[in-house]
Amino acid sequence: MRRRLSLYGLTFSLPLLIWQLLFFVFPLVFLIALSFWTVRNFRMQPDFDMVNWTTMYGRAVFWQAYATTLTLAAGAAVLTSILAFPVAYAIAFKLSPRVQRWAIMLMVIPFFTSYLVRVYSWQVFLSDAGIINVMLGWIGLGPYGLLNTPGATLLGFVTLALPLVVLLQLFSLIFIDRTLIEAAHNMRCGRLRTVFAVVIPSARVGLVIAALFAFILSFGDFVSPIYLGGGDPTTLSILITDTTKSGQQWPRAAVIALTMIATLMIVAYLAVRFAYRGRK
Amino acid sequence: MNRENEANRNPLINGALLAYVLLAYLFVFAPIVASFVFSFNSDRFPSIPLGDFSTEWYRAVAADPLVWQGLRNTLLVGVGVGVISTALGFGAAYTDHRYNFLGKQVYLALALLPPTIPVVIMGLAMLAFLSRVNLSGDAGAVIIAHVVICAPFAMAVIRLRLSQMDPSLEPAAWNLGASEWAAMRHVVIPFCRPAILGALFVTMAVSFDEFAIAWFVSGLNETLPVKVLGFLQGQVSPRINAVGTFVFIVSMTLLILAQLLLGRTAAPRKE
Repeated sequence: MRRRLSLYGLTFSLPLLIWQLLFFVFPLVFLIALSFWTVRNFRMQPDFDMVNWTTMYGRAVFWQAYATTLTLAAGAAVLTSILAFPVAYAIAFKLSPRVQRWAIMLMVIPFFTSYLVRVYSWQVFLSDAGIINVMLGWIGLGPYGLLNTPGATLLGFVTLALPLVVLLQLFSLIFIDRTLIEAAHNMRCGRLRTVFAVVIPSARVGLVIAALFAFILSFGDFVSPIYLGGGDPTTLSILITDTTKSGQQWPRAAVIALTMIATLMIVAYLAVRFAYRGRK
Repeated sequence: MNRENEANRNPLINGALLAYVLLAYLFVFAPIVASFVFSFNSDRFPSIPLGDFSTEWYRAVAADPLVWQGLRNTLLVGVGVGVISTALGFGAAYTDHRYNFLGKQVYLALALLPPTIPVVIMGLAMLAFLSRVNLSGDAGAVIIAHVVICAPFAMAVIRLRLSQMDPSLEPAAWNLGASEWAAMRHVVIPFCRPAILGALFVTMAVSFDEFAIAWFVSGLNETLPVKVLGFLQGQVSPRINAVGTFVFIVSMTLLILAQLLLGRTAAPRKE
């Protein structure tokens, strides 16, 4: 089956390559160039000026947003992983294959379902006169200001990432060698200890990759920080949308975007290295 | 397969685990169900206890010409994205299935990485680039941008199907005198047909829900999800629930169709 690329082969392989070069690689490379352009009289012009980098990096608000975004995304990755693990574990080990298929299908659906509408729904739950506060009122509590808090932002991130994290964890758990687990049990290793000493290490790659995806999704999301977190404290994604949409400061937005990409690359590199440490 | 060890059969712990699983599904589906319920609720500010049953939000949405325009744009974009992404994805999946070449890793990275780049960054990059080459601000710009993130989904779906194909099937066709093109047409494509249709539905569903990149590049030609974002930015209005329920039903239908198609193809060889 290993033949050299021919006209026939190129017909199938080239279109995607060309499309992704033109509309994926070029735009990202163009961002680098754009970050050195200048804006005069509300018009961008090609230039080679460090001004956007020095302006953005000189602002306290940028670094605050950076710290906020990093903390929230890391928090979301950890929280989602912990919340998802028992679900993935139960689906992988406790359900019959038939129920398992249903469980997987039900987890796939929300991942493709309008995130915006789900965030709006959480507003309905969390607002001052919303469902949760009304219910708390029945037992004489509240109302609490739940909306426009970092906790609400995290809730949005978990909503966004949980289905994917459950699925990725599940796929790594399903492929664990069952005999390892039985061996542990035969040697009188307790349930919980088996989970921590056998299951989690065997599924480490999948678990870390799942957490990485939760981080990436949360790091770039601007909907939850605005509509659940109230935009304060601000995040890098909000800075990008504000800078792009309400001003002509695209070069500065490019600086933020490039900083985000660099951060994501470093985090992804560290995560993958950690996931495969001691393996070949 | 699921034979469990003695130590693993504590009904209390199993019960607690299953209860937790149900709770997690409740958490995942609560916002979707709430949106559906409140779309038929008369109250201006949705909460409990529920107000009267009402279809006023649907009527308000249906009376908004911008919503119809958004729907037209969404459908136009969705179909365009579905067809182009599936074609590109099929080509890439077939390339990965059949050929080995120098730089294949890079090729696969280009084919699969785009969905992992945050949408704000893709949106900004697309907007800056496309407006530079005078392509931004219309439905075509949204199609171009959506294909970039949708083609990988199509490729993954079709690649899975190709891996189920007996590797000697294509050579058998060649030995019987079929040209490569004929083998493609009479052997490979028929074998992949369910996955091709599945990919079409999945990519349409992804495009149908994508709002961020579309928001950056669409200009005045907003798609329906961008319209929803507009509603969110305005005052709180249950109209979001009405549009949301509609969007949800459409994506749901597309996904169920895709899963039925793909589920059926996966079954015969495995079991």
